[in-house]
Formats: sequence, structure tokens, C-alpha cells
Amino acid sequence: MRGYVPGCEVKVPVTLAEALDVLAAEPGGWRPMAGGTDLMVLFNAGRMPAGRFLDLSRIEELRGIWEDETTLRFGALTTFSEMRDCPSVHRHLPNLVKSARATGALAIQNRGTLGGNIANASPAADTPPSLLAYGAELELVSLRGRRTVAYDAFHQGYKQMDLAVDELVAGIRVPKPQGLGFHFYRKVGTRQAQAISKLCLAAYARIEGGLIAEFRVGLGSLAPAPVRARRAEAMILGKPLTALQVTAAREALMADICPIDDIRSTVHYRRVVTANVFQQMLEELAHA
Amino acid sequence: MIGIPAIRKEGRAKVLGRARYTDDKTFRCLLYGATVRSTVPRGILKAIRFGEGIPWKEFTIVTAQDIPGENRVAAIVKDQPFLVEVGGMINHAEEPVLLLAHPDRYLLEKARRAVILEVEELPAILDIQSSLDRAQIIGGNENIFKELRIEKGDPASVWARAAHIIEGAYRTGAQEHLYIEPNGMLAIVAHGDHEDQVTVCGSLQCPYYIQKALMNLFGLPADKVRIVQMETGGAFGGKEDYPSLIAGHAALLAWKSGKPVKLIYDREEDMAATTKRHPSRTRMKTAFDEAGHLLALDIDFILDAGAYATLSSVVLSRGAIHAAGVYRCSNTHIHARAVATNTPPSGAFRGFGAPQSLFALERHLDVCAAQLGLDPAELRRKNFLKIGDTMATGQVIQEKLDLAGLMDRTLQEIGYTEKRRSFAVINATDEPIKRGVGISVFMHGCGFTGSGETYLASVAGIEGLADGRVAVLAASTEIGQGKDTVFSQIASEALNIPMELVEVAQADTKVVPDSGPTVASRSTMVVGRLVEDAAYAFKQALIQQGFLEEPYTPELFREAVRRSHARFGTVKCYTQYHKPPHIEWDDQTYRGDAYPTFSWGCYAAEVAVDTVTFEVKVEDFVAIQEVGRVINPVLAAGQIEGGVAQGIGWALWESVEWKGGRMVNNQMTNYIIPTSVDLPRIRVAFLENPHPAGPGGAKGLGELPMDGPAPAVLNALQNALGNLRLDEVPMTPERLLECMEVACG
Amino acid sequence: MAEKIRLQLTVNGEPRSVEVFPMARLVDVLREELKLTGTKEGCGEGECGACTVRLDGRIVNSCLIPAIQAQGSELLTVEGLAEQEHLHPLQQAFHHHNGAQCGFCTPGMLIAAEDLLRRCPNPDEGQIREGLSGNLCRCTGYVKIVDAVKAAAEGGRA
Ligand SMILES: Cc1cc2nc3c(=O)[nH]c(=O)nc-3n(C[C@H](O)[C@H](O)[C@H](O)COP(=O)(O)OP(=O)(O)OC[C@H]3O[C@@H](n4cnc5c(N)ncnc54)[C@H](O)[C@@H]3O)c2cc1C
Ligand code: FES
Ligand code: FES
Repeated sequence: MRGYVPGCEVKVPVTLAEALDVLAAEPGGWRPMAGGTDLMVLFNAGRMPAGRFLDLSRIEELRGIWEDETTLRFGALTTFSEMRDCPSVHRHLPNLVKSARATGALAIQNRGTLGGNIANASPAADTPPSLLAYGAELELVSLRGRRTVAYDAFHQGYKQMDLAVDELVAGIRVPKPQGLGFHFYRKVGTRQAQAISKLCLAAYARIEGGLIAEFRVGLGSLAPAPVRARRAEAMILGKPLTALQVTAAREALMADICPIDDIRSTVHYRRVVTANVFQQMLEELAHA
Repeated sequence: MIGIPAIRKEGRAKVLGRARYTDDKTFRCLLYGATVRSTVPRGILKAIRFGEGIPWKEFTIVTAQDIPGENRVAAIVKDQPFLVEVGGMINHAEEPVLLLAHPDRYLLEKARRAVILEVEELPAILDIQSSLDRAQIIGGNENIFKELRIEKGDPASVWARAAHIIEGAYRTGAQEHLYIEPNGMLAIVAHGDHEDQVTVCGSLQCPYYIQKALMNLFGLPADKVRIVQMETGGAFGGKEDYPSLIAGHAALLAWKSGKPVKLIYDREEDMAATTKRHPSRTRMKTAFDEAGHLLALDIDFILDAGAYATLSSVVLSRGAIHAAGVYRCSNTHIHARAVATNTPPSGAFRGFGAPQSLFALERHLDVCAAQLGLDPAELRRKNFLKIGDTMATGQVIQEKLDLAGLMDRTLQEIGYTEKRRSFAVINATDEPIKRGVGISVFMHGCGFTGSGETYLASVAGIEGLADGRVAVLAASTEIGQGKDTVFSQIASEALNIPMELVEVAQADTKVVPDSGPTVASRSTMVVGRLVEDAAYAFKQALIQQGFLEEPYTPELFREAVRRSHARFGTVKCYTQYHKPPHIEWDDQTYRGDAYPTFSWGCYAAEVAVDTVTFEVKVEDFVAIQEVGRVINPVLAAGQIEGGVAQGIGWALWESVEWKGGRMVNNQMTNYIIPTSVDLPRIRVAFLENPHPAGPGGAKGLGELPMDGPAPAVLNALQNALGNLRLDEVPMTPERLLECMEVACG
Repeated sequence: MAEKIRLQLTVNGEPRSVEVFPMARLVDVLREELKLTGTKEGCGEGECGACTVRLDGRIVNSCLIPAIQAQGSELLTVEGLAEQEHLHPLQQAFHHHNGAQCGFCTPGMLIAAEDLLRRCPNPDEGQIREGLSGNLCRCTGYVKIVDAVKAAAEGGRA
């Protein structure tokens, strides 16, 4: 235990308004804490100074999964296990179920939250690629008000987010895929469970009249933040299923990513395997 | 009692959560200890400064200057200091420099970070090649801690006439033990008028190693240094030599503060600072005749010992002796060196050098088989050792040995022939998953190498207790392998009484004699045999004293022990190891009987490689071995399964990443050991062939399972993917990709 | 210095109350304040599972739970599995099948296995392996652990 425990203060608001008050009164003074599965690791390892924490875990307004005709809405505190256990998520957003299942192991899934996975802004997080592929939106709140941002505009660089210091992620809205959909998710981790991603690719396509009417690819561990593969998407969107330009799209994908060498993998491996997984996805799509 | 699946003695306490590990014990007025380490791999320690904002007066602070005895860890060579002194050399980046203790563990950590070391950095040697190149001379004799040659016949005379000469170079990386309980020690020092009394309890494998180290550190006699093993949460060799340092550090803090001190490493510190398996590099040159008979073997075997000599000389010996494997070869040269680098010292790890050299040989044979156009199993079959053959050291195989039978059993179990045939068909299609099967055949020498056991002259005993039960007295430690259970089985068999009447004394230097360290697959075969002999002697004593007559019931036995105890007080019978007359070994020439006997294994792995991601899954694993008589089949299988898991981990994932001489992936999240979903059900079987040296015919088996998996897995990969240069472990997906690209040009 | 809080929770069915720093780790609260040393620390980073306990019906890594988040919670630790000296069926099975070698992963493993069998009373081998994949064991290769869980499941559960 390398964190200085006696130096830490914690506030435990039970309403969102209370929490936002604290953040507004001392912007940047209190660090939000949800499931703690990222924060506590840093803190225990002495990689985060002692400080002041705002425990969000008792705020009921941030919990729960809601559903209407067009959208699934997740409170920021929704855990991976809750996503895994929810039949609607299985039905509409299978990639999100796969990401939740692929995250850590059960004890982490019981505790880690979707809001935390997003706001931790790790390039290696496993739900963001799925959220990007599904075209999710985030609800951000502060005393100044509530706003909605497209998730693909939220991450702006390594640990850079469109999130003000007095703001919280309140919820995540994901449009329900309509019509004939194709869902693909593959995480390549350091092992089969309890693993951090070396790379991760999620894709969603809507097929209409034999054409790719909608197509998004979300990528993890391949750029300073979770990103969409916009160039590769453009090569596929609108094309007939029977004439997907696999090689060209693969090449375009290489321009979408900028992986690094780190202790988990290499640039070269990430590039080659991303291209392979992408191709595998397109082959499955072609047969969808 | 021998041969039955007796239930683990201490198992109940373990499943109840009541077993007491080091960190579970506490004292009043306890201080927590911490270690300040160098962060540069090589340099001169100029000064130690204490930063601002810490109430230093509240701290117990120990530097090299405080050490009452000799500031050197007593090992084979005394080259490693407990603490680097000001003006002294720093030889690796995790070298201990200063110790701190305080009752508040949170403040302690703050203080640890506030110590500033002024170091004049010197150029460091960080790998085997730079050490051999001698750009800097950093230790040993011109960077060599140990060099040895094993010579039989003359390979040079063969090259010219051989039909095939095949060469290869193989590498293995460092491996972290990753016992789930990190290292830790608790120390108490009672200040006496003349001499202090030092007591250390902890997580450890070898109480008498630590006792010796602390006697030297404090300048105290043996009876003033007491070492007690607590329940130990895994060791695998990782708690063999490094605990001497930790125990010394805890004891120094306790000695200076006059209070009990607990020094527990957290995972990051344990991984960064404590020992690892020696990285290795092996070059093989082999000659075969037309038919595939092995004519000559020339092996150059090098281990990276790290910064200090520690156990490297004996790890090197074992590695070198195993390098020629289970094959007959009249012309064998083995040249072995352990070299110095400025990395934390490498140490003992299950297998002790043999997994490294056996990986090279067993991998090389599959490369050879491909070049010779033979099936790997058939190439091996042509060359197996048989009774009457001599090994590289000149040791003659005297026991019944049927390696072909062992191999056939394994081949049949895994379905080798059918699988190789059917996989070849599927692998030729564009199916992205490629499958293969591979095998390895190997041996592991039981007990210490060469004259090791003779020098150790271990002792074990049996004591009669007041209540009529008996206690086994041995310094062998229970580290999860089941030693307590096996020893009680051995004693109860010899005494012909139920196991409940046998207790196994805690490994406490005040209570048990020096039975040597718990290493080298020696506990069951060597110490177990001493226990067996002591038990016979104890029974004889009871008979001679007139308390017991054969045949007897357990009740009569118990009564006899009670009466003997009432009459004579404690009765203890000890036996000591004596070298069997037929065993000869020469430490200078490396000729003779390297081990009293060997255990033998043939393992087979079936793998599936995903050519999209280069991930490898071991889908089936068969581990068949001949280990003499199996004393407890359930515990024995558990040892094999765990060893195989470690071997598969080493083969595929377990990579220590170094930067500037420091391990940088020293967290569990970044050092990848297998989880339950990464492994197949490991299938284990034993072929029994009782051996006269061991108790009830048993041989050693703790290390054997580490030797076979890595070559079997990589050989299976070769079968799946064709002839790639798969010459390194761990074969991570990143490396496999590179190998496949090299093969494609 | 932060103020300590009064932490009230139910551990293995008993109400307990201690003064601790709000960010103290639950594993330390259990081991040091409540003297329940059965729960182990193997890594402090959520990776090994040795510190697994059940908190309000779900398993968690107690090294990652700040005390304040355990306020008012109900905990099950390894000490709460047996009824006095009567082993829980899983403990019995681990004991019988050599599921505990060095025993250090065992407390966490048992809690994870108990949770698995509550959610899934008749798991197949794959489900057992998935259910235990957050609990690292370095001794067993998992074979005997899987066998023990299977045996406990087959033995019928209370
Ligand atoms: C052993 C282990 C394995 C793991 N495996 C994976 C894995 O496989 N894949 C993966 O993606 N992650 C993994 N993680 C990381 C982690 O579990 C996830 O990122 C999780 O989603 C974090 O959620 P949390 O609620 O625990 O976040 P916390 O730790 O509470 O917070 C994380 C960050 O988000 C901020 N934050 C949290 N909630 C909000 C909010 N509502 N508004 C604004 N800011 C907020 C916090 O201030 C903090 O900076 C693993 C972690 C561990 C310990
Ligand atoms: S100690 Fe908590 S998961 Fe390892
Ligand atoms: S039994 Fe030792 S770690 Fe599992």
C-alpha cells in the first residue's frame, strides 16, 4: 500500500445536485470516484497523490438502465455486470455485452462502471470501441446545466476529454440499432481473462437492400484515445455487400491508427493484427 | 500408507482461512519496515540525504555502518552486501541501501520516497553479450562467475565424417516465480548482557540458509539465531536465497529499534527486487549419421547470473548436466558459463537451470528431425539412453529404463499419430486456426548435484511425544507441495501406525535438525529416506527398551511411546545422510554420478494457433512420468499440474520486460501468468518403477514438470506452422508474428 | 490529516463497527482492524483475487474498496463459510481434492466459487473456469480446484 491514506478526504453526496455543488464550489478540488477500480489501483501503487475524493457510488440518479423505442440509456454508474445481466442489452447491443464480459474478471465487472471506463479515458478501455461503433452519446452535467455530446467527439487526445472540471458524466445513450444489423467485437488481450487489450475492434453495420447503409468501427489501444476508423469506414459505407473493397479498406485503416510500443505489445504487432481482425470482420460482414 | 491419496495435513486450516502466514501474525508495539533501494544499475553511492517534511527522529534508520557483523550474505561466495555502504559499489538497480522502520505504515512509505541517494553512475552491463564482450568488468572472474566443461569423447573427430551437421541457437527469458504470497519476514531481537537473541519468522524455504546468513551478519553463534517458517504461500525456488536478505534487514531493524519489525514486500517490490529464473543462451551443434543416430553434441550454455554470484554456480551445473538430455551420444562437449550483468541477481527457480538447457536440446531435436526427414518421436526413439549406456558425465544408467515405452504411452494418450495426420490435412486449407502436436522427453536429477548431498550431510529425526504420538523432525518446509503429508505417510508406513499418530514439527531451527534446504526435488527422496530410516531406528529403540513387541496394534505402539516417554523423557532418533558407496563424483572434472538417480518424463502438447492474432492456445496437455514409487498420487499430480502450468506460462506469456536493468512490468496486470481459462485440463499419469534410494521407492518430482512443457509447446507450434525458427521462449504472439514473417522472407 | 470515520458493517452475519480512515482499503480493515486475516493480499491491484470477498451479494476485490464505500454493507469472508467447525461443502471439497496447495489463493478462490455456485448451481468445466478466472493460482494449474468445485456442485448444496 503506497498511497497516503491519512491524507485523503472523501465526500459522499447522495444526490446529483449535492455532488455538482461540491464540484462547482471548488472546481478541480474533488476527484470523482465511482467503482474505484481504476482510481484505487493508482492510489494503492502510490501513483496518485493523496487528495480529495467525491464518492459518486451512492447517487441513485446515476444508476440504472432505461429503454424506450429508440434508445438505451445507461446511468454512469451502470456496472459491467449489470450490462451483462440485462436482456435488452443482449438483444440490442451484443457488442457491449461482449466488451463487458471481456473486461477484467467478475469481481471487477461487479464494481467497475461504464462512466468510469469512459472518464478514465484509457486508450485501452474495452467498452469505448463498442460505444463508438454504436454511435453513442454522453450526457454531461454540471450546475451550469446538462449537455449532450457525441461520444466520438468526446476523447480529444491522450487523457484529454470534452469534460469540464465541474462536470460529471451522468449517462450514456445508445441508439438501438434498427433493421438488419451486423455486430462484431474482438478484443485481443494479454490473455483470455483478466487482461488488458493489446488492441480491440468493434464494428456495427446496418444492411439495407444489400448495401452497407450505416457503418462504424471503434478501436481501442491503437491511438492515444479510443477512436473511430473514419477512413476505413468511408471505404465501406454505401458499398454493396458483394463488392467490399477489403484491401483498400485495410490500407485506409492503417492511416486511422497510430499505435505505440509499450510493455504489452509492439507497433508492428498491433498494425498487423488490427488489419487481420478488420479483414476477418469484413469477411464475416460479406457473409452476413 | 505409501501410495494412498492421504489428505493434506494442513489442508483444513487452509480452507478455513486459519492457516497463519507471515503477514497474519502481529505483535504489540510492532514497527513496519521498508527498504530504500538504488535506482541505477551501476554506480558509486556517494551520499544518503534525508528529504524535507518527514519527522526523521521518529524513525529507526539502518545503514551499512550499523551492521554488527559482516556486511555480506553468507552464500557460496560472499559477494553480496546486505546494504551498500557510502563509497561502495551499486551493482544493480534494486540494490538495498538503507532500511527504515516506523509504527505508521503510511508515513513509512512517504519517508521511503523522501530518502535521496547521491550516486555517481557508471556504465552498466545489461545482457549476456555485453558481459561476454567485457566492455566493463563488473564481477566474478572477468565477468564470469562460473565456468565448467563436461567432456566425453571428441566431437571434433566426428564433424568430418558425419552425414548431417545441424546447428541452432536458443534463448530463454527471465521468469518471475509469482508465488501468490509475496515475500515477508517478522523479526524480534532480545538484547542480552553478552549476546543478543535474534528470532525471525517468515515466508521461506530454507531455514538453515537464513540462520547461517544471520549468524554472519550479527556475529552470533547458531543458538542465538532462531529461524521459524510460517505458513508459506508458494515459493518455487523464489524463497530460497533472497529471504536471507529480507530476514537480515528485518532483524537489523528489530535489533536497532528494540521492537518487533514486520517487513513485507508488496507485489511491485517483490517482482522488481527478488530473484528470477536465469535468462539463457544455448548454442547447439549436432552430428548425425545417415540413419539419424546422434554422433556428436557440442553445446555452449550461458546463463545470465545478474549482479552477484548467489546460487548461479550450482544452477549452471545442473543446467549443464541436463543439457545432453536423455540421449546416447559418444562424443559430447558441454561448455557452460554463468556471466555477470548489472541486473538483480538471478536465483533458484523450479528446475534450476535444467529447463533452460532442456528447452534448447528438445527444441533442437525437432529442428533436426525436420531436416533429417524423420518424425520427431522416431528421431528420439533411435537415440534414447538404455540401461548400461553412459550419460555425458560418464554416469552409467544402472536402473531399468524404458524411455520408448514412456514415450509410446504419451503418444497414445494424446493421439499423436492420428492428430499429426489429420491436422496436416486441415492446416493445408485456408482455415485460420492451425493445429499441431509436439512432444518432449527429458529427465530431472534427484537431489543435490554431484557431491552436494555429501557436503550437506543432512539430518532428520523422529521424536516420541508424551501422548504417545510421534513427531517428524526435519527442516524441510511445507511450501504447498505436501511435504507434511508425505513425511507423515513415510513415517506411518515405517512405524506401521495410522497417520493421525504422526505429527510433523514446524520448521524451526530450535526444534528441527538441519535437513538441508527444501530444493532440488530432494525432500521426498533424500530427506524422506532419512525420515524413514529414523522411524525404523525409533521403532528398534522402543523394541530394545522393551516397550514394544512385533507385531503390534496402533494402541500398543502408542502405549509403548507413552511409557518410553514417561521413563526416559523425550526420545529422539536421528539419521544422517551418508553417501552410498557406489556413487562417485569429481567436482573438478565433472565426471561421475551427477545424481543418485533421475526421474523421467515425456510430455505432449496440442496447440491451436490463431493466424489472425498469433495467439496460441494449448488445447490438450499430457504429462507422463516415471518418478519411482508415488507416495501420494493426488499430491503428486497436483505438483505436476502446477509445474506444467508454470511451464506453459514460461513458454507462451511470461516475459520480464527490462529497461535500464529494471523490471518495468512488475505488476500482476503486466506480467502474464495463466488464469484458469488459459489452460487446458492437464492430464497426468505416473509410471511406477520403485527406486532403492528413496523411501518406499520414491524419487523426486517437484521440478520435473517444469522441464517438459516449453519444448513440447514450441514443438507443437512447429508442427502447426511448419519449419519456423522458433528458438526462444516466451513465444509471445509478437515474437511468433516475427518468426512467421522471417519464415516468409 | 483526514478525520477517521465510524465504519459500520455486517461481517459474516455479525454487526461490526470500527474507526478507520475513509480511504483505508477494505482488505486492511478486515485484516488489521477486524483481525480477520483469512482474506489475503497478493497484489493490491485487483488482479490476483486473493482478497476476494462478497459485498452485498456480489464478489469484489477488497484491495480496491475504500472503507467508506463499504459503509453499511454486508460482507462474507472465508471465515464466514464454515458453520463453527463444520466445513462448507466447498471447503470440504477443496480439502478432499487437494484444491489448496500453498493455500494462499484459497480464501479468495472459495468465495469466488461460492458465488459461482449460487449463480449457477450446476456449472460445466468452462463455466467453472470462467467463474474463477479472476483468481490466480500459481500452485495447482487449476485442475484440482476445478475438480473440487465440480464435486461440491455435484454433492448437492444446501
Ligand atoms: C484487475 C483489473 C482489470 C481490469 N480490466 C479491464 C479491462 O479488461 N478492460 C477495461 O476497459 N478496463 C479494465 N479495468 C479498468 C477499470 O475496471 C475500468 O476502467 C472501469 O470501468 C473503471 O470504472 P470505475 O467506476 O471503477 O472507475 P473509477 O476508478 O471510480 O474512476 C475512473 C476515472 O473516471 C472518473 N470518473 C468515474 N466516474 C465518473 C463520472 N460519472 N463522471 C466523471 N468522471 C468519472 C474518475 O474520476 C477517475 O478518473 C481493469 C481494472 C482492474 C483493477
Ligand atoms: S490483493 Fe486484491 S486482487 Fe490481489
Ligand atoms: S494454492 Fe498456492 S496459489 Fe493457489
